[in-house]
Amino acid sequence: MIRLSVRWARRVNNQSDVTPELAAEHGLTADEFDRAVEILGRTPNLTELGIFSVMWSEHCSYKSSKKWLRTLPTDAPWVICGPGENAGVIDIGEGLAAIFKMESHNHPSYIEPYQGAATGVGGIMRDVFTMGARPIANLNALRFGSPDHSKTRHLVSGVVAGIGGYGNCIGVPTVGGECTFHNSYDGNILVNAMTVGIAPADRIFYAEAAGIGNPVIYVGSKTGRDGIHGATMASAEFDDQSDEKRPTVQVGDPFTEKLLLEACLELMATDTIVAIQDMGAAGLTSSSFEMASRGGMGIDIDLDQVPMREAGMTAYELMLSESQERMLIVLKAGREDDARAIFEKWELDFAVIGHLTESGRMVLKMGGETVADLPVAPLADSAPEYDRPHVPSSVRPPIFAGDIVPKKNIKDALLDLIASPDLSSKRWIWEQYDHMVMGDTVARPGGDAAVVRIHGSNRALAATTDCTPRYVAADPVEGGKQAVAECWRNLTATGARPLAITDCLNFGSPERAEVMGQFVGAISGIGEAARALDFPIVSGNVSFYNETNGKAVQPTPAIGGVGLIDDLDRRAGLGLKPDLAVLLIGTTAGHLGASMFLREINGSEDGAPPQVDLTIERRVGDFVRHQITSGIVEICHDVSDGGIAIALVEMALAGGIGITIAAPDGADHGWWFGEDQARYLVAVGHDALPKLAEDALAADVPLVRIGLSGGDDLVLGTEGTLPLTLLRGAAESWLPAYMDA
Amino acid sequence: MKAAVIVFPGSNCDRDLKVALAQSMGRDPIMVWHGDTTLPDVDLIAVPGGFSYGDYLRSGAMAAHSPIMKEVIRFAQRGGAVLGICNGFQVLTEAGLLPGVLMRNKNLRFVCRDVFLRVDHNDTVFSGAYETGQVIRVPVAHHDGNYFIDSKGHEQLEDERRIAFRYCDETGAINERANPNGSLSNIAGVLDPTRRILGMMPHPERLSDPALGGNDGRAMFDSLISALG
Repeated sequence: MIRLSVRWARRVNNQSDVTPELAAEHGLTADEFDRAVEILGRTPNLTELGIFSVMWSEHCSYKSSKKWLRTLPTDAPWVICGPGENAGVIDIGEGLAAIFKMESHNHPSYIEPYQGAATGVGGIMRDVFTMGARPIANLNALRFGSPDHSKTRHLVSGVVAGIGGYGNCIGVPTVGGECTFHNSYDGNILVNAMTVGIAPADRIFYAEAAGIGNPVIYVGSKTGRDGIHGATMASAEFDDQSDEKRPTVQVGDPFTEKLLLEACLELMATDTIVAIQDMGAAGLTSSSFEMASRGGMGIDIDLDQVPMREAGMTAYELMLSESQERMLIVLKAGREDDARAIFEKWELDFAVIGHLTESGRMVLKMGGETVADLPVAPLADSAPEYDRPHVPSSVRPPIFAGDIVPKKNIKDALLDLIASPDLSSKRWIWEQYDHMVMGDTVARPGGDAAVVRIHGSNRALAATTDCTPRYVAADPVEGGKQAVAECWRNLTATGARPLAITDCLNFGSPERAEVMGQFVGAISGIGEAARALDFPIVSGNVSFYNETNGKAVQPTPAIGGVGLIDDLDRRAGLGLKPDLAVLLIGTTAGHLGASMFLREINGSEDGAPPQVDLTIERRVGDFVRHQITSGIVEICHDVSDGGIAIALVEMALAGGIGITIAAPDGADHGWWFGEDQARYLVAVGHDALPKLAEDALAADVPLVRIGLSGGDDLVLGTEGTLPLTLLRGAAESWLPAYMDA
Repeated sequence: MKAAVIVFPGSNCDRDLKVALAQSMGRDPIMVWHGDTTLPDVDLIAVPGGFSYGDYLRSGAMAAHSPIMKEVIRFAQRGGAVLGICNGFQVLTEAGLLPGVLMRNKNLRFVCRDVFLRVDHNDTVFSGAYETGQVIRVPVAHHDGNYFIDSKGHEQLEDERRIAFRYCDETGAINERANPNGSLSNIAGVLDPTRRILGMMPHPERLSDPALGGNDGRAMFDSLISALG
């Protein structure tokens, strides 16, 4: 537990101050401190210690996760740049690339929800536009504590306002995401933000410094004292004094980011940039070290040239500040004036703060004195790496309808489920996000995946974020597989060809073997699914230490997926139309383990999650996608949380059209609410039915007719009837009523 | 018709407006940077949505004092047509070209969703292609759209038939439920006394393309072409 305060920063920057105790306060273990001393051949001074501490923080170094991340599949013919850069890059044809990444901003959002969430959005957008892309879509995956917890309402309100406040102002549509509640997040909410951008495929910008003597440029906002030790905070668990960490939260300025975005894109259209990286976690430290290390270069920096928000800032503060809306750029020598003119036009700070050297060392000067002199490669590349002890989670038995006594009948259970926190409409949230700005949002929030047109074309990107934490908690391997499969399925349900994913892996403390076991299991499941579905991981982020007083969050590996729709006239949505046959595609066994039904209606979180058979997943998904891109199917929805019953309600409400459901004889709670995987609901005209059934048979894909659309009611076979108005009221009222209470 | 779109630092609907105008005009409007001190020779000036200068003060307050706005005011005084959408409406009220003020939404939250508008008058350059009383669907996306004017000003707006659009329900009924932001008398857009300056919070440019789920906004741009040549 770190009890660090900025008072250290005010102290004289000398070596004698730096003790193993101070190193420990900076989050460095005794071994790590010894290693730092060994690398330097002397004791680091305070500034150097600060740099070691952030570079070797879990957040920046991935020291507990690296070993496992290496096992993930990251390549495919369409991958232009996989993990390791600011964001992942994939080829989407016609000379364009999609650039995207998801990142966590969990701890800051808990401490200061508005600014924490806002700067999370700002940070992920910079990761994307620093590579040359114009952001075209934002998404977010939010996990809050129990609605009954005293802080939840305040956190939801602040986080949503912060995400909206930043995205709305910069003018990038927030088009999708997810939001669920569980008491494991009471003391540790998760705020994961994802940005998707588009760039010319032949003009991607990387963060690899090159060219001895080339100038190193600082642009954007001035550096202040905010966010110092943000990365270190993100690398330790919380306790009751977490509120004391407010000074480590950054303050966002979306207006400046908008200017920075436009200025950077304008600069990128000229031929002046060698390398560029945003100053995110660990600010100037990590951006300079990472650029230098990738290019095998050294950098001399004159800290007096750094634009400062206030007088008297120390080298330690300048290097560790996480002030937002800043970029570090290596320019071609001699092009400084061209670049300066662009940033002056946009009224942003521009300063030459250093130049590249062949020394392989980071040499920082301030007031004419050398305040830090560190070798780049050992710090950046030889960060500690741990193979932490891990134990597999215990195996739970599957649960079917026959294993439980349902506490409610089908009709009442359905009405309760659609009004439950996780399954009810999130309209209250996404109506606070401008989801239409930029004029290309084809499928708005509320569907399986958002669909955003590629500007000026008839093609589109589909994007979604997915994870079912209760499955991962019940079985990390299956849960990891399921997160990837559901993401793939959601993209497929729009007709998109899933291309690649970004992952945001939120777990408790890696220093506990059971948490590490969850992580190892989830990675194995994610990797297996990504391989089977040709769905490589091209970027991502690990967030450990999501726990408070020793209580960890449910393991939550959020998966953000991007797919391509080649022809917007051949896509699907979930809104039902009248007089169509409603078909269930896939196999239903009635898995109720770890289901929404079991949790919300029977009050139990027991049981194994549904198995994901990746061969079947792929076969069924490829079949559905083919039917959509062939123009046969225009209405499609994946079956997930809450099973067939909830999926049918969602389709009916989206289209404002009822369904008369003909459930199979003896359909039990497992049929209605079971969460078996690899299933879709589609609706087609009666004339299209014979051919579709024939194709399904030929493809070895189970297809069964379960209803007919029309009317204003959901007729549940012999289980009763629910008017759509009643269902809509139930689905739409929970969140607004909760927030207004 | 020739048109120009003013771009402030922080404007973010400038491209959307350009696309919608170009669709009706058959050519691109001219984009004019806020720091410019001259306007091109045009028939319409459009002030787009966004967060000009971040809107950290009062929405539109900074932009109203930018160099180009002096020219926009002069253009308006000469009888030029001016359209302000969302932040553009806020800028026009701050610049004194339109009466009233856009306050924070009644529920204090940003709101982005489709709303229904009743076209109160079709005898303007902006609305000729609509029928008077027609109900159209276009989106709003704002934090400060709660229109207010004192009772005398309100009376004048009513008497002079200068309320261009009102928030209504699907059937055209004006009621509290259909009001997304608390605006006085459900006012969504107002005209100046010459009826050649319109400010409105909703975004017609966002539903001018059937691929985006609606086309009701397009008639506004078509109206301008008919009226201004």
